[in-house]
This record gives sequence, structure tokens and C-alpha cells, in this order.
Amino acid sequence: MSLDEAALREWVHRVVHGLANRRAFLRYMMGLGLSGPFLSHLLATSTPARAQTPRPAADFVPTKRGGGGKLRLLWWQAPTILNTHLAAGGKDLDASRVVYEPLAAFDPDANFVPILAADIPSLDNGGLAQDGRSVTWRLKKDVVWHDGKPCTADDVIFTWEFAADPATGATTTGTYADIDHIDKLDEHTVKVVFKEPTPFWYDAFFGHRGHILPKHLFAQYKGQEARNAPYNLKPVGTGPYKIVEFKPGDVALYEINTQYHVPNRPFFDAVELKGGGDATSAARAVLQTGEFDFAWNMQVEHQVLSGLERGGKGKVLITPGASIEHIQVNFTDPWTEVDGERSSLKKPHPFQTDPLIRQAYALAIDRRTVAEQLYGTGGQPSSNFLVAPPRFVSPNTTWECDPKKAAALLDQAGWKRGSDGVRAKDGQRLKLVYQTSVNPIRQKTQAIVKKVFEDIGIAVELKAVNAGVYFSSDPGNPDTYSHFYTDMQMYNTGPGSPDPQAHMDRFTSWQIAQKANNWSGRNIPRWSHPEYDRLWKQAATELDPVERAALYIAMNDMLITHNVVVPVTWRHVVSATSTKLRGMDVTAWDSNLWRLAYWYRAA
Amino acid sequence: MSRYLLRRLLISVPVLLGISIVLFSILALAPGDPFGELALNPNIPPEVRFNLRKQFGLDDPLVVRYVRWLAAMLHGDWGYSFVSRLPVQQLILQRLPTTLFVLGSAYVLALLIALPVGILSAMKPYSLFDQVATTFAFVGYSLPTFFTGLLFILVFSIYLGWLPFIYSSTIEARGFAWVIEHLRQGAMPITVLGLFEAASLTRFVRSAMLEVSHQDYITTARAKGLTEYFTILKHALRNALIPVVTVVALQIPTIFTGAVITEQIFRVPGIGSLLIAAIESTDTPVVMAITFVYAALVILFNLLADLIYGLLDPRITYG
Repeated sequence: MSLDEAALREWVHRVVHGLANRRAFLRYMMGLGLSGPFLSHLLATSTPARAQTPRPAADFVPTKRGGGGKLRLLWWQAPTILNTHLAAGGKDLDASRVVYEPLAAFDPDANFVPILAADIPSLDNGGLAQDGRSVTWRLKKDVVWHDGKPCTADDVIFTWEFAADPATGATTTGTYADIDHIDKLDEHTVKVVFKEPTPFWYDAFFGHRGHILPKHLFAQYKGQEARNAPYNLKPVGTGPYKIVEFKPGDVALYEINTQYHVPNRPFFDAVELKGGGDATSAARAVLQTGEFDFAWNMQVEHQVLSGLERGGKGKVLITPGASIEHIQVNFTDPWTEVDGERSSLKKPHPFQTDPLIRQAYALAIDRRTVAEQLYGTGGQPSSNFLVAPPRFVSPNTTWECDPKKAAALLDQAGWKRGSDGVRAKDGQRLKLVYQTSVNPIRQKTQAIVKKVFEDIGIAVELKAVNAGVYFSSDPGNPDTYSHFYTDMQMYNTGPGSPDPQAHMDRFTSWQIAQKANNWSGRNIPRWSHPEYDRLWKQAATELDPVERAALYIAMNDMLITHNVVVPVTWRHVVSATSTKLRGMDVTAWDSNLWRLAYWYRAA
Repeated sequence: MSRYLLRRLLISVPVLLGISIVLFSILALAPGDPFGELALNPNIPPEVRFNLRKQFGLDDPLVVRYVRWLAAMLHGDWGYSFVSRLPVQQLILQRLPTTLFVLGSAYVLALLIALPVGILSAMKPYSLFDQVATTFAFVGYSLPTFFTGLLFILVFSIYLGWLPFIYSSTIEARGFAWVIEHLRQGAMPITVLGLFEAASLTRFVRSAMLEVSHQDYITTARAKGLTEYFTILKHALRNALIPVVTVVALQIPTIFTGAVITEQIFRVPGIGSLLIAAIESTDTPVVMAITFVYAALVILFNLLADLIYGLLDPRITYG
């Protein structure tokens, strides 16, 4: 019997999880000449990582499958489709995740956790090619679809074909576009070959964009036919729970999957995911009346949340987030039309291209007040644009709020106060329009910024646009965030995955949003710098993780020193949970339900 | 009669066409698209969004889109929801039972309250009963359902803990328990809507009855010695019902299209909440279907009301 490292790892895993005979394992290993203490160490280090919150000692950890009753989840936006590859919203990703699984997922610290994969490909285990051009995945062998068919390499390959086909209209196309082809090495091993050396190989088949679809059911629904697949509403997956009933826009009911590939999991017998309503009453149903066990994305003012929390039925759960609420400064003139577009590259902004002005903006904004008064525990002030994962966060930046210093900078730049208190220079008044989407917290932030700006002699006009319009990609609408037809704007964004390459693409010179690209470019402040472009290009092909992290930190620092953006609040993931619910391990990198198989209720 | 019916039906065709053109243009002019959430995720390239816009035909000229929609509608194809990628009829049919139950019960409740209270008030105008009834009707009519709904939740769900405030369409109980559960969760939305409707209907019934009770034929009926019971029910009520029927008939379409606000507050998965969710996510085919069905129902029930007049009042003829 030959035993390579991967097989050994799997054996250890099975022994630890009670799937394989411990004594047989020990006898075999002793036969290889390994000592008893070493073996017990081997088994101990393979024990699954514990949740980040230490559990109270009296808690009960379920030792068998089922028996947990019904888990009631409340999402204030209702899922409308149960196929993440076609879904447009986070709610759909969550509802699909109960049924479908990726090869691997991200834990709260953005570490990789194998789900359908037997292990995580790495340079050490030979899964990752040295040249960054391919990844070899070994799949778990005992996984079956809810209809009893085995889940194999063919399903992985099919998932790529499905999502990458432009006719499918998949929202995950971008994730799978970099794959050149996938080789099937055997029934449970695939080799994913990329078109280019790809440092960000952990995108395809990972997390909520990586749900593996069953080939035997979806084969005839690839391309144009995708929307007609009955399985978009009645999915057959490999996950811990099977779909029983799904009413789009209302509720999804699931029952336990007794064939689930993780032993002794899951704990609950049934799951209900109810959708709709509003965030505040969802918080109430969990925290105050206890009608539901868990509610997601609590976009509720923190005073209200802590008031409800006093009900004692539930508590607010804060998970470090990855997104940054930030103010962007327009480097082009939004008020002059050039060749049929405003904010054109041909016409620089009349005063915001002056670094002193932008520095004054950054100094004037009171990030602490915004974070503490408006976001509470759900956010904190930040000096960085790139706020997570920790290995990419710059230690070099600081922020301060000093309106006096800001006013001095404006004086230094030659802007003198007029009779109405507004500064002017050479006939140009320091007056700006500051837009964001309609949202009570954002409007309060706007008010705080307006107040201090007017104190230092900058006139501010506030504008709030309906979120559906603001974030739309309608090229004909001047009010979208990507047109950016105002001087300043504010919204929330994040890398969306533990790799910030696409996130940092928001400031490269080739991404500038313009009429020529229907305002689809990502660089909305229209700032560019050859050095930044160079750093980004280098990071795109840099395979050394340490070197890559340094590049991202350098990019972030450029954005901050040039004051292209003013980071306002690092926003966290806020959920409401029953005081008895355990094991959620909510992560900012994946669906809220990524670990649902491990959730349980304490006695 | 049949000529009248035919004429009315023929007239409604251009009316419906006109309505559909107006609805379609307004929806097409309204800004936004369903892909806002995709835009904020840097890992989804913009081409994906533009490709989807193209697939859904959002970039075609208005006229082309309208003709395509109309042609499909004539074939009985209501289109696909952008967000669920599901035929619109299927979405609506899924919601219909809940809406019919909640709003239907609310209207029955409203009629059960409004008719007797309105008649009794009109029989003895300015009596204590009338004063109390009109005051309550006035208050009930003035309080919007989003206020009474929240008030009910606060009292019955939070303080007393008697009723659930989240409507579940997936009750597992069977038999009697199933009925009880449905009544329990339906109690608050039905009462909120029922009382609101009852308040306005009561005022209608009362004023219609008052007007009729001063007519000569009522005096005649009393003079020839008919009992008060017969006078009211046979002579007064039947005549008073004509304006009431108009009001009720015009309200019936809303039973099918749902109560947007109340459904949202109680998370009732009815057509109203489907409509509001579709509007929020710019799911044009769904919005178009619901509003168009509503328009068609209003026209239909207008016609029905006109036909019922003839039954209630033989003096009305259709030529």
C-alpha cells in the first residue's frame, strides 16, 4: 500500500472525524516506524479549527446528526432565485448556499477551508503549479448529490463551462473567464489551467461564486436555456440541507440531508429562510420576540439595535468587515460639458486637483464622530482604503481631524473668505456638490461633513440619489455613481474576495469611467498615476504572497497620501442572533451561511 | 343588453391599450436597473452587467420593447422576471392565494361591520350610537394602515406576545391546527385592513341610507303600514346600495393586487409585496404585469358594477 501525503492527510482527517478505525491507523503508522506521541500529535493538529469565539464550558457540542429541530432565519430581502451563478443579490447567494457548496470557502480570517475538496491545493502538496498557471484539486470521494448521484470531477468541469458561457448570462462569468481549460485527471481530480499565470487562483470554485452544479441535471440548460432550468428554483446540491419548498420573494424551506458528507452534521432537522420586510423589524423578531433565530445584515442604527438587545432573547453579532465607506474626490470638472460628457478627462477639476485642498478635506472630516455616533459597534474610523484581509492592511497611514489645520491649508493655498464666509480665489468660489445614495446613516454623515466644511469656508450642497438609480449601470442616467457628475461622492465598497486585485483596479488609468466606455470603467474619481499603474500591473503577476502584500500596501498608501479618497468608516458585518445559537463563524468573505452545517443550538 | 355589453367590451380594448402604453413608457423612463449590487462587486466585470442589460433587451428603443411585450402578452406570455428568471404568471399565481385570503377576509370583515353599523346609524341619526359610530369611522378613516399596523404589532406581538408579526406561508400543521394558525397570523393584517375599509364604507352606507330615508317612497311605505324592518330592508337599503355597490366593486380589484403597505409591514407574501419588491429591484416585467392586471380588473369591475345597477334598480336600462 503506497501512501502519498495527500492520502495520509485524508486518512488522518477520517480518523479524527471518526470515519476510519483509529486502532488500524495507529498500527499501520507504528509499522512505518512512527512513535505513539508523534501520532497523537498528528491527530491533534488535524482537529478542525475552533470557532473564533470561545464557547462557554457548559455548552453542548452536538455529537450526532439531526435532532436540533427547526432553524429559523430571517433575511429582510427575500431570495428570488436559488442558483448563485444567475443571482444578482447577496440574499440569493445565502439561500443557495444552504443547498450548494463550493470546493473551498473562506473563514473569518480569509483562510481557505476545504468543503468539497479533500484538501487545499498548495505549493507543498503539489496542488499549485510553480508557474501559477494551474491548480490541481482533489475532491472528496464520498460526496453525493441530494438525488443520490455521486459528485465527481465532471460536475466541477461542467460548472466552469456553465458559468463561462456568455450565453448563460451568469453573474459569475468574470470568475471563470480566466480559465483556459480543465483536465479531468481521474473521477475525483481536476487540473484547472489558467490562460495566464494567476496569483488569484482562489476565486473559481471558492466561496459563493464557486457553487458546484450537478452536470446530470443542468447539462441541457447551459447557455440560453439557463433561465428555464427548473433547478434554479428546486436546486439539487450537496449541502447540509435539501430544498423542500421555495417561493421566490418569500420563503425557502429546507430539510436535513441525511447523506451529508461531514459526519455527525448537520444539527438541525429543518431550516426555514423567510425573506422580506425591513431591517428594523427583522432585528426585533430576533432580539426582542425571539420568533426567529438569526437575521442578516442589520442595517439599523446602533442605538435602536442596542435598545432591542435589552430584550434578552438575542444579541448583536459583529464580524470584522472588509468594506470601506469612503468619500471620493472628483479630479475632473463635473460642471462643464466636453464632447457630450461632463466630468470629462479633457477638463480637470477647477480646484480639487490642488493637493492642499484635498488634504484639507481629509483633515476636516471627523471620522470618529461618524463611526461612533452613526455606526456604533458596526463600524470604526479608518485611515486606509484597503481595510482587509489583515495581511494587506497598511500600517503606514494615520488620520486626524483638525479643522483649524484644514483652514490654514486653504489659506496657504490662497483661498480667501468672501463676505458670505465662502472662500474664493481668482473668481472661483470654493463650492461643491456632495452626493450619495438615499440612506438615513449616509444623510447624517453628509450633514456632519457639510457642517465642518462650511465652518472652514467651503460651501456644500448635498444630494441624495435613490440607491436603485445611483448604483445602476444605466449609461443614459447622469445620476449614477459611475457618471460622478458632482464634486464629491460617498458610498461603501470592498474587495468582495480576499484578493484585492480587482478592488485596487478602481484607480488605474485604463479603468477611468467615461462616455467612451459607457461609464463602465471602475476608476470613478478619474485620478491616475503612472506609479500606481505600475504597482498594479506588477501585483497582477506577482506570485510571491509577501511581495504582493507589499504592493497592495504601497497602492493603498498612494491613494491616501494623494487624498484621492477619504476613508470614512470601516464597516463591519452586523447580524442578530438568538443567544442560544452557536457555531456561525460569520465571515466577510463568503455567504453568512457558509458554515451552516456546523451551526447548532445550545441547550 | 348584449349589445350594450359588447359595446362596453369593445371600448375597453383601446382603453387597455392606452393604459399599457402609458404604464410601459413610465416604467421605461424610470431610471435604474436590477444590477446595482453587481456594480459594487469589483470581481464582477462591467461587461457582465452590460451583457445582461442586452440579454434583457433593456438597451433597445422603447417602441421595439413595447411591441415585443405586446406581442408576447397577446400570446399569453407575460414575460420573465429579471431577478427570479421565472415566468411572471408563475410568480403571481404563487402569491394569489395569500392575497385573496388576507384581503378577501378583510373585505368581508369590512362589509360585516359597515353594513349594520351604517344602517343603524342612518336609522337614528345623531343618536348616541350614531355619534359614537361616526366618530370611530372618522378616526379609523384618518389613521393610515402603516400606523395602525405598527401599533397592533407593538401591542399584540411585543407587549402581549399573543400573535406572530411575521406571516408564514409555510405552516406545517394539518387540519384544525392549520386553520387556527392561519387565523392567528392573519388576525392582525386582516383586522388592520378590515377596520380601515370598514371605516370608509360605514360613512358611505350611512350617507346613502340617510339620503334615501327622506325620499317620498319611504314615507309612502311607512304610511301604508309596512313594518320598519320591511321599510328599511326592502325599500331603503336596496336603493341605498347603488352608490355602495360602486364603491365596493371598485375596491374588489385591490383584493387581487394586494395591499402594498400592510403586506410589507406584516411580511405577508402577497401580490402587494411582490409589486413593491419588483419596483425596488426594477424588475419591469413583474411591475408591468401586476399594474396591467390591476387596470384590466378595474375596467372589468366597473362594467360589473354598471350591470348590477340594473338588478338593483329596474328603472336603469341598457340601450
